[in-house]
Amino acid sequence: MGVDIAFWILDAIIVAAAVAVVALRNIFRAALALILCFLAVAGIYVTLSADFLAAVQILIYVGGISVLIILAIMLTRDVQQGSPSNKLRVPAFLIALIFLGIMTYALINTVWPISTASPVEPTTAAIANQLLGQGGYILPLEIAGVLLLAAILGAIVLVREK
Amino acid sequence: MVSIGLEHYLILSAVLFSIGLYGALAKRNIIIILMCIELMLNAVNIAMVAFSRFVTPALLTGQIFAIFVMVVAAAEAAVGLAIVISLYRNRETIDSIKTDLMKW
Repeated sequence: MGVDIAFWILDAIIVAAAVAVVALRNIFRAALALILCFLAVAGIYVTLSADFLAAVQILIYVGGISVLIILAIMLTRDVQQGSPSNKLRVPAFLIALIFLGIMTYALINTVWPISTASPVEPTTAAIANQLLGQGGYILPLEIAGVLLLAAILGAIVLVREK
Repeated sequence: MVSIGLEHYLILSAVLFSIGLYGALAKRNIIIILMCIELMLNAVNIAMVAFSRFVTPALLTGQIFAIFVMVVAAAEAAVGLAIVISLYRNRETIDSIKTDLMKW
């Protein structure tokens, strides 16, 4: 019952914050709404008993990506005021609405193989076993590390003074 | 009042993805477009963690995939914002309409 109430509150916060990101005129306020949305998504992970992912969500998104976005907004502040829409606003809205309708229709009419087993808690050790253990995801993990290194080098090369 | 199930989380994910899709298609500011892409990646993560919780609670495969999506999102944010800053430095604009250097 408590999880149900928490889900509906977080649901309202996520949708309101996401609409604010799209609708607000001020870019900086849109970034703050995005941070609120990330925090509420971390709460959704908690209601799904994914404790490790909730912590990672707050560390990476709220702590890292938000700072990057706000830094970029500050560095480019004097060029553009507001967040205008382009000519494709109405078709884009229709496409998003049609996509939402199709997805909702498909989701409701699919019979999902729901498992009644209780979730693993805490998840940290189980995730570590899956990532690093025998027959796990050790190769994708290494490739993810290489991808992050390449991304960092690419970002440094892009913003370096010539 | 019906108990919260898989469908609720999936519909929340679809709503969040649609809002991000609209923003990414309709906005002119490149930073807002990047923010909307982050919204879409978060929606996908919600769907995968919900599948992990309700369909395979013992395996946690969805949570592993969500971690990899977060890695790619962090890399994408770093490179994307670096491109935005480089673009601002060279062309004094972050408007996607005026950024038509590679348009045929």
